[in-house]
Amino acid sequence: AKIINHKEAEIKRINKELANIRSKFKGDKALDGYSKKKYVCKLLFIFLLGHDIDFGHMEAVNLLSSNKYTEKQIGYLFISVLVNSNSDLIRLINNAIKNDLASRNPTFMNLALHCIANVGSREMAEAFASEIPNILVAGDTMDSVKQSAALCLLRLNRTSPDLVPMGEWTARVVHLLNDQHLGVVTAATSLITTLAQKSPDDFKTSVSLAVARLSRIVTSASIDLQDYTYYFVAAPWLSVKLLRLLQCYPPPEDAALRSRLTECLETILNKAQEPPKSKKVQHSNAKNAVLFEAISLIIHHDSEPTLLVRACNQLGQFLQHRETNLRYLALESMCTLASSEFSHEAVKTHMETVISALKTERDVSVRQRAVDLLYAMCDRSNAKQIVAEMLSYLETADYSIREEIVLKVAILAEKYAVDYTWYVDTILNLIRIAGDYVSEEVWYRVIQIVINRDDVQGYAAKTVFEALQAPACHENLVKVGGYILGEFGNLIAGDSRSSPLVQFNLLHSKFHLCSVPTRALLLSAYIKFINLFPEVKATIQDVLRSDSQLRNADVELQQRAVEYLRLSSIASTDILATVLEEMPPFPERESSILAKLKKKKGPGNLPDMDDAKRNVNGSTEHSEKNEATDKGSTYPLTDLLNLNSTPSAGPSLLVDVFSDSSSPASVDVSEENFLRFVCKNNGVIYENQLLQIGLKSEYRQNLGRMYVFYGNKTSTQFLNFSSSVTSQNTLKTHILSTAVDPVIEGGAQVQQILNIECVSDFTDAPVLNIQFRYGGALQNIAVKLPVMLNKFFQPTEMTSQDFFQRWKQLGAPQQEVQKIFKAKHPMDTDVIKAKILGFGVALLDGVDPNSENFVGAGVIHTKNSQVGCLLRLEPNAQAQMYRLTLRTSRDSVSQRLCDLLSEQF
Amino acid sequence: MNISGSSTRFSVFLFFLPQIRFILIQNRAGKTRLAKWYMQFDDDEKQKLIEEVHAVVTVRDAKHTNFVEFRNFKIIYRRYAGLYFCICVDVTDNNLAYLEGIHNFVEVLNEYFHNVCELDLVFNFYKVYTVVDEMFLAGEIRETSQTKVLKQLLMLQSLE
Repeated sequence: AKIINHKEAEIKRINKELANIRSKFKGDKALDGYSKKKYVCKLLFIFLLGHDIDFGHMEAVNLLSSNKYTEKQIGYLFISVLVNSNSDLIRLINNAIKNDLASRNPTFMNLALHCIANVGSREMAEAFASEIPNILVAGDTMDSVKQSAALCLLRLNRTSPDLVPMGEWTARVVHLLNDQHLGVVTAATSLITTLAQKSPDDFKTSVSLAVARLSRIVTSASIDLQDYTYYFVAAPWLSVKLLRLLQCYPPPEDAALRSRLTECLETILNKAQEPPKSKKVQHSNAKNAVLFEAISLIIHHDSEPTLLVRACNQLGQFLQHRETNLRYLALESMCTLASSEFSHEAVKTHMETVISALKTERDVSVRQRAVDLLYAMCDRSNAKQIVAEMLSYLETADYSIREEIVLKVAILAEKYAVDYTWYVDTILNLIRIAGDYVSEEVWYRVIQIVINRDDVQGYAAKTVFEALQAPACHENLVKVGGYILGEFGNLIAGDSRSSPLVQFNLLHSKFHLCSVPTRALLLSAYIKFINLFPEVKATIQDVLRSDSQLRNADVELQQRAVEYLRLSSIASTDILATVLEEMPPFPERESSILAKLKKKKGPGNLPDMDDAKRNVNGSTEHSEKNEATDKGSTYPLTDLLNLNSTPSAGPSLLVDVFSDSSSPASVDVSEENFLRFVCKNNGVIYENQLLQIGLKSEYRQNLGRMYVFYGNKTSTQFLNFSSSVTSQNTLKTHILSTAVDPVIEGGAQVQQILNIECVSDFTDAPVLNIQFRYGGALQNIAVKLPVMLNKFFQPTEMTSQDFFQRWKQLGAPQQEVQKIFKAKHPMDTDVIKAKILGFGVALLDGVDPNSENFVGAGVIHTKNSQVGCLLRLEPNAQAQMYRLTLRTSRDSVSQRLCDLLSEQF
Repeated sequence: MNISGSSTRFSVFLFFLPQIRFILIQNRAGKTRLAKWYMQFDDDEKQKLIEEVHAVVTVRDAKHTNFVEFRNFKIIYRRYAGLYFCICVDVTDNNLAYLEGIHNFVEVLNEYFHNVCELDLVFNFYKVYTVVDEMFLAGEIRETSQTKVLKQLLMLQSLE
């Protein structure tokens, strides 16, 4: 009661004060500036306490034209905090801002600029976007005004990019990186970084200036920068910003510049090894802020193996640091290092430390990073150990991250299964340890795999049979067990300990504990038993005939019992055998679990796909089954689980690549980044002022999956967002795409998945068409997706003898394509190797008699055929030239591959 | 080489919006002492964010990191006596740079208000906004030199 009284008293007091202020504002005699400021300030205070304010705006606007700083400041603060889109006031406000910008009084100019930067409305952009660049680059502008102008322009560029004109000032902005005042450089670097992301070519010159500036900072003695030294670290925030600016660009092509940057990065890495200049955490944090950003840049460039490995070793030291922050950041950063070819192995050496982090860290977010890192460093060599550790962690893991670990274990187990008995054991363990967190995708998948691989079916039947013996087993296990015994119970029925009757009794002992969908599944398993084992037919018929089945309150269960009983009584053995035939193999497709994990981790703006596919034993299947039985057709009983429907069906839409002609003809297809994806699968494919499109892709044989990330770079929603994929050419790529929510929030990133199938060899890449509304205007964007023929390579190792034998076989003139071309990049052996591997072939050592040359082999997988391919690359360092030779059994393939690869060096 | 990628990463791309989404100063009871927004949020959304941040941050102890994942963003925070200083940034942003950005800001407040306490922030709220705008503008770090910021603040003080 006391609290309520207190609250009531506060409201009373405030209402009284509001009435007082209102009467002052309405009073007959005009208030002087001081009183006006006092009351506006009081209103602001009341507003910040959480009360609504519906007057005082006019008085606040009046304050803007005062000549006193304090009055002006309160006026601007009120406007910034209580932005009101009342158009009459906006005109007055803009007028006051205009006067202050023209006042040549730096204090007033800054107040006006800060107000624009804080409000950033479209009206303000319209009024001032052309004026601010002039203030920024004018020779006589004070440093502090320049700082504000730079960031003000940045804000307007983000909110209304179309209103900020590029012009003569852009070149001059870049030169602010040379400014003597480090505060100006700090603000300018942010502005340049944003502009460079949007139009990298216009700001290319910033790279050399940024490297020069960074170099001066990192080599300076700590006292040189005076005001900008923070706990003995020279300009840490500026260094971080410069390093981020450099991440907008690839490594510099100019050798001198490149080596200067490498020196900077080495210096930063060296400093991490020096004894600390202070014991304060501020010192080490500031130093490490720069170090982590430098490592980000090294990873972004992904081209200097030595730096990558050094970065990895440094992070390795942090893994055992006493500061939790550092351990966390090291785990996070190492995750990205694990994806580089150059440092993947180095990362793996830290596996034991990461495993122990999983067991000992107190902060769940740190343990989560450890799981992420183990997942990232997993490959065939360590999969068994990592999966075992994750499983054992799962027993005690926090509820919040269990589902994610389950998905990760399931993916790794499938991806690296050499031996499918291990896979089956792993998934059953998952169900045992964390059954509640095993989603449908996971247990559907184990069934798909068991059905498709006959070498594991007997083992799977035996294993589920044993697992079902446990007195308490998870319902998901009953589902998997029911399905697998229904299909393959016969494979273990020879053993008297698992005779048909024992199997049936075991399954049926779980029946009454299960939910309706599981019971329905078990009934289907029973009818399959009748077909597999005539000796238990009578027993099962008795069960089906019992009241609890035939008169079950649940319609689905009752109908199944009735139909199955009838089917077993009237159908001949032959018909029964045909109807209840073993499930045919599922068409091979990419695991849906991956998509699930992705979705969990994603921004959460995706439509919920779960509901639509939750029709396990649902009505669709049901009606099909009726048809099958009624007409006595010979078509097998439908799949118990509807596993044959695409798991992400529902909101997903099949983009018809051939009939879709809606793509607007007027849009130019962007392909500027296309060739950069020939040897890599991830990166930014497209970017303009509003939107960034990133890609991650994976390919296996003739199938591919592409994750498309749409990032809204503005702070405003994109509306009516839609995307479609068109193939300009023939029947060569099918793209299955999941839908994206039509609204993308400002600053949000959403993801879409494309499935790709290569039918036969092709040249033209598919085009992604995007449409959305931004601030009323319809945006149309078309981007050529980097799906190239070489993505469907599987590398092939072979001996020297084999290689030359095949080389000779492919000796017909039309099978060979050769190209001689000039080197566009430095001829670095490691880089060349990485590119050839990235292209998709195996690099064969010791085949070519000349060790300077590179020889590779691989097979292109298409649905219709496989095309073997041999390649040889001969660098000539003196001439800075290459000769590339490709031999394949198909001339169009040789030509296409040669065109693609020759652009890469 | 493993084409299908042993290396599939699930974190986001380098997606540059290195923009502070908001800065919050809250006390342990959840009272807001400063809220500075750098993105458009409506009032209900702001209130929700304030409550969520408080719930997320106050349960953590000294053994935890100073970083928390938060919706699509992350919160970098540090506790000073009874006050939590929180900065919400993009997940790709540099954690330690913002952590020290907070400390730099706190040292400036401390110098300016001569041993700052919670009540200073309450009664001098309009001055705190000025300090913020000097050091952070448009969601970016504007000025990092304590000397320069304090000199400017003293100059402005002399105009009062």
